[in-house]
Amino acid sequence: MSLLSVENLSLSIRGTSILRDVSLQLDAGEVVAITGESGSGKSMTALAVIQLLPEGSEVDGQIVLDGDDVTAMNEAALCRLRGDVVSMVFQEPMTALNPVQTIGAQVAETVRLHRPDLDPVKRASEVLTRVGLAPDLIPMSRYPHELSGGQRQRVVIAIAIACGPKLLIADEPTTALDVTTQAQILDLLVQLAGEDGMGLMMITHDLAVVAQMAQRIIVMQNGEVVEAGNTSTLLANPQHPYTRALFAASNHQVTLPEIAQTTPLLRVKNVVRDYVLPRTRLFQRPATHRAVDHVSFDIARGERVGLVGESGCGKSTLTRAILGLEAVQSGSITLDGAPVFSGGTPDLSVRRRMQVVFQDPYGSFNPRHRVARLITEPFHLLETRPDNTDERIAVALTAVGLSPDDAEKYPHQFSGGQRQRLAIARALIIRPDLIVFDEAVSALDVSVRAQILDLIAELCVQYDLTYLFISHDLSVVRTITDRVLVMQAGQIVEQGATEAVFTAPTHPYTRTLIDAAPILPVSPKTKVMP
Amino acid sequence: MLRYTLKRLLSLMISLAIASLVIFAVIEVAPGDPASFMLGINAQEDTLAALRAELGLDQSKLQRYLGWVAGMLQGDFGTSYQYRTPVAQMIGDRLWVSLPLAIYALTLSTLIAFPAGIYAAARRGKAGDIGVMGATQIGVAIPNFWFAMMLVLVFAINLRWFSAGGFAGWDKGTFAALKSLTLPAIALALPQAAILARVMRSALLDVMGEDFMRTARAKGLTRAQALRRHGLRNAMIPVLTILGLQLSFLLAGGIIIEQVFYLPGLGRLIFQSISARDLIVVESVTMLLVFAVIVVNFLVDLAYAAVDPRLRART
Repeated sequence: MSLLSVENLSLSIRGTSILRDVSLQLDAGEVVAITGESGSGKSMTALAVIQLLPEGSEVDGQIVLDGDDVTAMNEAALCRLRGDVVSMVFQEPMTALNPVQTIGAQVAETVRLHRPDLDPVKRASEVLTRVGLAPDLIPMSRYPHELSGGQRQRVVIAIAIACGPKLLIADEPTTALDVTTQAQILDLLVQLAGEDGMGLMMITHDLAVVAQMAQRIIVMQNGEVVEAGNTSTLLANPQHPYTRALFAASNHQVTLPEIAQTTPLLRVKNVVRDYVLPRTRLFQRPATHRAVDHVSFDIARGERVGLVGESGCGKSTLTRAILGLEAVQSGSITLDGAPVFSGGTPDLSVRRRMQVVFQDPYGSFNPRHRVARLITEPFHLLETRPDNTDERIAVALTAVGLSPDDAEKYPHQFSGGQRQRLAIARALIIRPDLIVFDEAVSALDVSVRAQILDLIAELCVQYDLTYLFISHDLSVVRTITDRVLVMQAGQIVEQGATEAVFTAPTHPYTRTLIDAAPILPVSPKTKVMP
Repeated sequence: MLRYTLKRLLSLMISLAIASLVIFAVIEVAPGDPASFMLGINAQEDTLAALRAELGLDQSKLQRYLGWVAGMLQGDFGTSYQYRTPVAQMIGDRLWVSLPLAIYALTLSTLIAFPAGIYAAARRGKAGDIGVMGATQIGVAIPNFWFAMMLVLVFAINLRWFSAGGFAGWDKGTFAALKSLTLPAIALALPQAAILARVMRSALLDVMGEDFMRTARAKGLTRAQALRRHGLRNAMIPVLTILGLQLSFLLAGGIIIEQVFYLPGLGRLIFQSISARDLIVVESVTMLLVFAVIVVNFLVDLAYAAVDPRLRART
């Protein structure tokens, strides 16, 4: 008999149908992945198993876990079950831990709840050691804010496995982490599941993550299971059109036009940016942190350059410096010969030639303004507002695949992908020389991401775009750039033609990054020829 | 934690120094000559000058400021122009009414607000929540002097449980003194409790939406356990802020309630002194109240750090 057996599970929240007839099995010691895009119901399926659904949920069907139907249990029985028989690891390690309790106390609490026979502190120290946070290195008296994201996720995992659960549910456990950390956490989860004979249910949107670790994959779309099967079979021969589309989108390749000319546009020369750290002694000079350390590179007109690196490597600082938002300590950044930073009063003639597209399509628009006003914001950088504003709005909206009629709408009327199109329209409308894409596709579902990448490639043909594409996602950078810069600890450790760097990296750090990034095996059927 | 405390202490000193300067300056520029006020409009010029000299009003401003500060540091607040008694003693007497009243009121308000806020948060959107929130709405809206008069009407005049006003004095015993402070404390506490309960509820609701509360539930804690063990402490920062503001307010802001209940508190002292141009008393009481506010803020800062380890680290 299976450890977990979900039969015809339907769920509606306040009358809205979320899941329809979901059935799945999971055996002890098995790693099963549930994948799909946002809104597919994968997380809700997981929350239904641990019975932590939002208020107003109505469940129909059976969820039999370890011989008992959890949908029929009362709250007291469920509390005994949670943390003991079934545990969960969540997406966001930065907020999943109580900030005002030590990590030791948070792990020990689970033990105290379910295992009165064990010494909670001793057990906590054993479990933390198992997840790689031995108390002699990371004391249990540490608070969550004193740990890195990866370490915090290890604490969350320690809490989850402290009582030796039979089923571990991991909901996007590595989405918020860097690639190298992601690889370590995935290894840890698989190793723990193997050692303890736990069933592991992985919820993820990233097919590549799944391909490497799961024995079986369940693909969900709009609250239904559309396909399920062994990983190798399913990846080699996906049956359902949605699975194929998902697969194709994950491996999406675009073709960029050839670069016409090679006159340098942006020149970054020997740039250094230091941050002053908090004073530790009253009368001592405060220490500084060098976020950007003697960085030099050029971007030629028409060139598409990628910038990759993990969190804290100085990408964002460098981006702010390039946009002329902050002064640098030494070195120079010029756009077509003019310095990008001109003190407190921005030099409009330079600033109007650069635009930026941000990561979050939800946070980067004022929700009370209409599209027409939002995308014409860069016109403030011109001395006079152009006469043909309406025409230019229509052109920009059409260029990004939206309709000129959308100008009168508000941002909330658009999906995430459409908003990112709006952000690109806002950048394009002033016809800038350089666009900075700051993680511009990272928050999007794979199919939407593929469309936005196509859009950028098309715009390269139409508008001769020059851009700097900043991303932690190596597969995206590989297809959308001509040249790539790899940044580590404030320095550019490697730069070169994108394909050359990816196929034959020379710096060990580049190799580590490439090795850590999960790769989706490409099946002949779905391969998209560039 | 030690460095954090020292830093807060330093900022407390600086605040006090600035506050004393501002208070002195403001009161000095206020119109009205205390000497002529005390002697009446028909006073002789030389009598006036003699009185000014006696009061120290003929010295330079800097001398008077330094004398005032130095005196306060030694516990000498000067002599009241009006009553010719040491200000320190006048304030001391009044403080023994106002401070216990403020603490009494704050204790009552906390005892009402915490359970009410927690109860409402735990029953969000249900009848209990709506009931508590409705009650707090009324509590915020009712003017406290009206409420005070209603208390007098019901508990003093009709039921005769308490006296309608006046202060029994601590020499009549703690019970008698507290009893005479009870109605004023309730009148002061209720509007404060209503505000505090609302803050407590919304802080808890914010915390309940946090990811770590879901982690706590996934561990197997019941909703109530999760709220108690993980929610409360995280919700304390906004609550502490309001508590600090309320204590400062209660020390000085009881003036109307003191009038209604005829209590010899600080509020009435400052009110009478202003009417009589008794500048030295006004200065001293104001300084004392500012001192109290700054000390309360210091204590709130320490409480923040005790609650949240992230603040301890960021010294």
